[in-house]
Amino acid sequence: MTAPTVAVSGLVKSFGRVRALDGLDLRVETGEVHGFLGPNGSGKTTTLRVLLGLLRADAGAVRLLGGDPWRDAVALHRRLAYVPGEVVLWPNLTGGEVIDLLGRLRGGLHPRRRAELLERFDLDPTVAGRAYSRGNRQKVALVAALASDVELLLLDEPTAGLDPLMEAEFRRCIEQERRAGRTVVLSSHVLSEVEALCDRVSIIRAGRTVESGTLADLRHLSRTAVTAELAAEPPDLAALPGVHDVEVSGRRVRCAVDADALDDVVTALARAGIVGLTSRPPTLEELFLRHYARTAHPAGRT
Amino acid sequence: MSTLTGTGPLVRLALRRDRVVLPVWIAVFALVAAFAAAATASLYPDAATRVEAAAAINAAPSLVALYGPLHDPTSLGALALWKLGGFGAVLVAVLAVLTVVRHTRGDESAGRRELVGSTAVGRGAALAAALAVGWGASVTLGAATALGLAAAGLPVAGSVAFGAAWAGAGVVFAAVGGVAAQLARSARAARGLAILVLGAAFVLRAAGDVTGPGWLTWLSPIGWAQETRPYAGERWWVPALSVAAALALAVVAHLLDARRDLGAGLLADRPGPGAAAAGLRSPLALAARLHRGVLAAWTVGFLLIGALLGSVASAADELLAGPRMREVLRALGGEQGLTDAFLAAEFGVLAVLASAFVVQAALRLHAEERARRVDLVLSAPVGRVRLAAGHVAAAAGGAVVLLVAAGAGAGLGHGLQTGAVGAELPRLVGAALGQLPAVWVVGGLTVALIGLAPRAAAAAWPALVAFLLIGELGPLLRLPSWVLDLSPFTHLPRWPGPVQDPVTPLLWTTVVAAALTAAGLAGWRRRDLQ
Ligand SMILES: Nc1ncnc2c1ncn2[C@@H]1O[C@H](COP(=O)(O)OP(=O)(O)OP(=O)(O)O)[C@@H](O)[C@H]1O
Ligand SMILES: [Mg+2]
Repeated sequence: MTAPTVAVSGLVKSFGRVRALDGLDLRVETGEVHGFLGPNGSGKTTTLRVLLGLLRADAGAVRLLGGDPWRDAVALHRRLAYVPGEVVLWPNLTGGEVIDLLGRLRGGLHPRRRAELLERFDLDPTVAGRAYSRGNRQKVALVAALASDVELLLLDEPTAGLDPLMEAEFRRCIEQERRAGRTVVLSSHVLSEVEALCDRVSIIRAGRTVESGTLADLRHLSRTAVTAELAAEPPDLAALPGVHDVEVSGRRVRCAVDADALDDVVTALARAGIVGLTSRPPTLEELFLRHYARTAHPAGRT
Repeated sequence: MSTLTGTGPLVRLALRRDRVVLPVWIAVFALVAAFAAAATASLYPDAATRVEAAAAINAAPSLVALYGPLHDPTSLGALALWKLGGFGAVLVAVLAVLTVVRHTRGDESAGRRELVGSTAVGRGAALAAALAVGWGASVTLGAATALGLAAAGLPVAGSVAFGAAWAGAGVVFAAVGGVAAQLARSARAARGLAILVLGAAFVLRAAGDVTGPGWLTWLSPIGWAQETRPYAGERWWVPALSVAAALALAVVAHLLDARRDLGAGLLADRPGPGAAAAGLRSPLALAARLHRGVLAAWTVGFLLIGALLGSVASAADELLAGPRMREVLRALGGEQGLTDAFLAAEFGVLAVLASAFVVQAALRLHAEERARRVDLVLSAPVGRVRLAAGHVAAAAGGAVVLLVAAGAGAGLGHGLQTGAVGAELPRLVGAALGQLPAVWVVGGLTVALIGLAPRAAAAAWPALVAFLLIGELGPLLRLPSWVLDLSPFTHLPRWPGPVQDPVTPLLWTTVVAAALTAAGLAGWRRRDLQ
């Protein structure tokens, strides 16, 4: 078994009185595309900057590619590439110059791959940094990262500002990276992108990991929406454990049910005589909204 | 909605953001003027001593070039504020430029103006608000200075005229900053352009007062400040020139503002190279690329100023200098030999100016950090010190280039007059380089602040102004020697001219500079990046 590419446990990082990371755990296996999600200000960028050795952890264990991201920063950075959340370029350097500079600093980049990526992302490399639009700045950093030969890509909201065409191109690129066996950490607010690309996801809130696993795992952990048309008065479902948001209108009942309570609910409904029954797994949106909402608690209660 | 709708709230926003900076600067200017006035009174108690000093000053073209003529030899106020008048006006102008550019292009490149512009704010409101703040600050500064001078015991009319002269310089250059902000492609370029105009104004004034036709002085807003003649038969119509010029420039700025797009300058972008040159492959090469344009402009400026000073320097020797005059000149800086004393004093001033380049070059590292551009570079296998070293090298190397340019300019200017270019050129380049360690100390101080106290990094600027004031006014104010010793420039040999044991101070200053730089880099390596 190989060591995970990223192994973070109990990571704490404070800025003055703000506790940005509060015991965060993150495990990214080699070769997977890992989605890194959380509401605004939850600490995604801060975590990535700790992994890059730009910030020093206050407490906790952090391992990256088998090394210490603070102490071994230079050696580790030969093996990774990073796309910041907000790309700021030098106003008087052209995009092509930035791509070449970053590539050379990483030990060279493939001219063919560079040309191919410029073509695919439809990026003009002769424009000065100050004159690029937001999406094009993002593309400069993306091309620089994707054109270099590295094991790990750290991408902080890489598609923010990209148009749908470019976003599709980005997805194709990440698919290729996955096939080439590279590891990708992808922080994102775009759920469809996460669903399409990620093998596993970690959801954080207020500097803590609240959920981690494959999307199937997460779905299983979460509630199923049940709607039933009954022959008699509905039973008091709210009294059952693991049942939430019960709504009764006449003989029709709607509720949200935890995975392990489904059996009890169906039994109770059957006693009243089921005329019609639909059950639907949670959509990704519902899944995330529940984890993102400030009042929500991890797993189960509302 | 008129184009000026929303100016009021923007002014309040700007004042709130500057609520510490502006009052501090205004207080410093007013206090320094008041102290200079109070100190001179005890230095020249009677009219006879003043007349003698004034005669010495006015007979020395070199001094007139730098500080302007003394218009009334008997006036205590005129003598007390002779040095500060022109120099202070330049500093007030710098303050005004920085204020206006910060609230126009600075906000634009930070994207704040778009945020504000999307609300119920007229197209011209940002510029109008920035000018209002710049003008308001200049007038307040002038009023505070006038009050301070009057409180120090100088005549009220002269004090008001002096305050008006400073305020006038600020008002004009606030508007110059407003125009530059429309023309340039970035806040940095706008500041550079406005400061370039300021340099030209200074040189015009110097040329007009010394060699050229007198009307040259009248082309210069800095000349207007001095031609207001505080304490020497005040000419009240001169500040009106400043007001008229400022209004005209403001109109120009507004017309330009209406014609350009947000974030763009009037000078359009051309496509650049699609691939990097073979040399652009290291942090050092990146730093060279980022600093070379600014350094080139400064180098040309230093060559020209050096040449100007060098060519007026020889006039100092033609002076029939009595012993009393010599003493005055010696007190004003320099060991002996009037030409050499003059050049030594000028190299001291140029060294402070070169330090301004060094401070901004070193602060570039901090700017790169705050813009998170260092994240991009450091995510490649580049050590932090290696990255910082690029900017440190640009700052330290830039100082060498600038001082060599100043020395070479002076050597050419002076040598062509005396017919000994071959001898003067190396001698004056060497003399100018004698100031190098002190310039490096200022750079080291900046690096130390960036590494150890990044939030206070901009404090390098007030520190530099303090060194300038200590050097220019310290002997006049008879400051205690420990205060004088705080400035690195105090310790260096005043070349050209004979100097006893130059090696020890040069060595020590260099050691201090190296230690500060090393401490700063050590802090930079260990701390969190912003
Ligand atoms: N340099 C800093 N100084 C002070 N506070 C900071 C700093 N960097 C981040 N923070 C704080 O840490 C918290 C986490 O911020 P972070 O940028 O990591 O969030 P994020 O998850 O990336 O958010 P977003 O989705 O908006 O990008 C926020 O409260 C932020 O204000
Ligand atoms: Mg972020």
